Amino acid sequence: MLKTDVVVIGAGAVGCAIARELSKYNVNVIVVDKNEDVGGDASKSNSAIIHTGYDAAPGTLESQLVVAANPMYDELCRDLDVPFKRIGAILPAITEEQFEKLPEIKAKAFRNHVYDVEYMSRDELLKMEPELNPEVKGGLYIPRESIIDPFILVQALAENAFANGVEFLLGAKVTDIKTENGKIKSVVTEKGEIETTYVINSAGLYCDEIAEMVDKADYKVVARKGQFYILDNKTSCKVNKIVLPIPTKITKGKLMCPTIHGNMLVGPTAEDQPSKTDKSTSTEGLDSIAKDVKNLVPNVNLRDTITQYSGLRPNRNPEGLNFNMYDDLFGYVNLSGVRSTGLTLSVAMGKYVVEQLLLSGAGFVLKDNFIKTRKGIIKFSEQTKEVQEELVKENPLYGNIVCRCETITEAEILDAIKRPLGAKSVDAVKRRVRAGMGRCQGGFCGPKVIEILARELKVSPEEINKNDPGSYMNVGRAR
Amino acid sequence: MYNINCDVAVIGGGPAGLAAAIAAKKEGAEKVLIIERDESLGGILQQCIHPGFGLTRFNEELTGPEYYSRFTEEVSSLGVEVLLNSMVLEVNDSEKTVICVNKEYGMTKVVAKSIVLAMGCRERTRANIVTPGTRPAGIYTAGSAQRLINRQNIMVGKKIVILGSGDIGMIMARRMTLEGANVVMVVELMDYLAGLTRNKVQCLDDFNIPLKTSHTITKIVGDKRVEGVYVAPVDENKKPILEKEEFVACDTVLFSVGLIPENELSKNAEVEICPVTNGPVVNQYMQTSKEAIFACGNVVHVNDLVDNVSAESEQAGKYAARLAMGSFPEKEKEIAVKTGRNVRYTCPHKLIKSNENEKVNLYFRVLAPEKSVKLIARCGEEIISSKKEYRVNPGEMNNLCIETAKISGNEIVIEALKEE
Repeated sequence: MLKTDVVVIGAGAVGCAIARELSKYNVNVIVVDKNEDVGGDASKSNSAIIHTGYDAAPGTLESQLVVAANPMYDELCRDLDVPFKRIGAILPAITEEQFEKLPEIKAKAFRNHVYDVEYMSRDELLKMEPELNPEVKGGLYIPRESIIDPFILVQALAENAFANGVEFLLGAKVTDIKTENGKIKSVVTEKGEIETTYVINSAGLYCDEIAEMVDKADYKVVARKGQFYILDNKTSCKVNKIVLPIPTKITKGKLMCPTIHGNMLVGPTAEDQPSKTDKSTSTEGLDSIAKDVKNLVPNVNLRDTITQYSGLRPNRNPEGLNFNMYDDLFGYVNLSGVRSTGLTLSVAMGKYVVEQLLLSGAGFVLKDNFIKTRKGIIKFSEQTKEVQEELVKENPLYGNIVCRCETITEAEILDAIKRPLGAKSVDAVKRRVRAGMGRCQGGFCGPKVIEILARELKVSPEEINKNDPGSYMNVGRAR
Repeated sequence: MYNINCDVAVIGGGPAGLAAAIAAKKEGAEKVLIIERDESLGGILQQCIHPGFGLTRFNEELTGPEYYSRFTEEVSSLGVEVLLNSMVLEVNDSEKTVICVNKEYGMTKVVAKSIVLAMGCRERTRANIVTPGTRPAGIYTAGSAQRLINRQNIMVGKKIVILGSGDIGMIMARRMTLEGANVVMVVELMDYLAGLTRNKVQCLDDFNIPLKTSHTITKIVGDKRVEGVYVAPVDENKKPILEKEEFVACDTVLFSVGLIPENELSKNAEVEICPVTNGPVVNQYMQTSKEAIFACGNVVHVNDLVDNVSAESEQAGKYAARLAMGSFPEKEKEIAVKTGRNVRYTCPHKLIKSNENEKVNLYFRVLAPEKSVKLIARCGEEIISSKKEYRVNPGEMNNLCIETAKISGNEIVIEALKEE
């Protein structure tokens, strides 16, 4: 049986941030996840925004953590080599009724300790964002709302935790948690049992099912689907900032913003559903995005779409972000209600969880050899011609472009496969280097990526999956 | 940076690039260079192992590899130079340079007197046409499935539904059947065939594969691997009639829903692009809005027959060579080619009246199928070329031969008239 001090359940943004934080201490940590790749579920299909918390419910844990997390990203993204840009958000009021709501929104931001929200006149907004609906009456500017590469953020947290000694047990669904005399004893997974002192449940969508294993499920997770469009980076109508609608009582609404890689992202819907696995898109959902976003940006060209996807936010019923430790179950930490702000607050949650463990008497001691930084995969297409020349000289595989839409080289794909916690599937390669994320959606590079993966992992091409086991891409050799 | 100088640089070594390079060399250009991103020449024809190529050009039926071999043999015997495994990153019109990257030479700068764009096209995807549902494994464009089967010997599925009756879709229906798969149906949104009639006969009818016109896929189902699709008929506005939606079990969906000319390099070089074809605007010399940049093949407009691509590309190669050698025709007047009744687009988009009298083959596609049609080219009321067709179809290209000397005025209109 494996033995450790802490088991973190879930390798999404929150689980990996907690693991990285714990890796600063002399403590043994194993992260387990049912998926084959780090990156979680909700953490990899969201709007890729680092929020300020201006619109959180004041006084809540969610508000506290989001507001604390936002300023951490400049240094964190430098240290971990994560693409991140502070592009700012605008909240345009298109109708008089919306205009009347602005003071209330600004006051709420103030109560959340977000003090840098500014009023903008119609002219200022149109100058900032020429594609905005010209009927705009005025609005708010939230300068620190930012965009990030959510895949790379989680990979970077995980890789850095790994470099500092954290172990990852992937493709290992947790089937049971054993307790003894009011204490955690072990975590049972599909890949074996792990004896442990602490268990941190950061299982997102499935955190209620994990909590049930120790009788602490006094809530349910309700999947709230969000559908999105991604538009070609050469689409005819682009925005420079995150353009947010004025929220209604029912929903925060649908936004349009650039992604860190220059595409446009449009969405999401908000649809509660009983299934935690159904990530399908629907005509009604996608049509509703078109209708709503045209109100903000009339010329948005959804015919330039290169993909659509859905994410499931793990909403909690009853609502709200919860952190729980229990007097009658030593060693168990339960996180629930980590929803759309989860990506943002993950890094603050990491610190918060460790702080709470220390306060509760965990005798973790800081290491003196913590490695703070992580180097990402070099992006050939973003280098100057001189650097590109050097790269090819050092490693000729930089001279072999595999993904033509995003200009991704074989060297980058090999790095994605060979680095710690490396890619084992076509989608895992895509999430690390963007091969297949361009306008042809892997039509050209997909077959080549299968070949490279099979060669590097020393398996036959038939064994290469699109994503997790079961997502087989082919059924054998042609006759 | 590694430097190469040449007279004509051809980007792309598929059928278009090959024909252009050969024509340029034959016209007298001394140094002609093909830059190809793949490890071998031939382009998409390398995966087209079925017959049907060369009927118009060679009067015999060849497979894709047989067809391009005739050109690659000529390329080597004529001494056309070839740079393989080389991806072009940038075309610069003002400096007349092409920057590419290659494992052997690293970053390479090609300086040319004229440049021919022959990058071909890419496939429209499931996401481009916004087919709802999940995103499991088992969804391919017809062309990538064709590559996997014919070049990598990998079978993509057992029970197949194909959306789109384009030529690649129908050819893949036959190919999958021959490989032992069950092709359940080919679904077509329009009320007519998207590809060539002969492909319907040889690829669908001969194998009893049903074609469902005026139908579409309304949803893809399956978590890890495709489990099926919902198929529904569409009304006259192409909206699905959901009450008639039916579930069709399958493990694979192939999309053959159109091709898009690949013009990222052209756009970055600020070449004028035609919004209908998504390819460069060209004259009969296949010259783009930039004097020294020519374009040919599917990068200009999507062809249904490679034989046409070869013919059109020879024009590009020939005149790129003449420009490089300083013997380009002297332009007297530019004539706009306009689309009239039932014509979607023409290629070339404009004609040059020069000091030479030329016979120009003008290609075009109709908007809708029609029977008993007279194709005409007219200047004002004067018909300068015409031809009768029993049937016209958007999937099959039409053409008219025009003598430039006969053109009067500043424009020429191409029409497909209904014969009484």
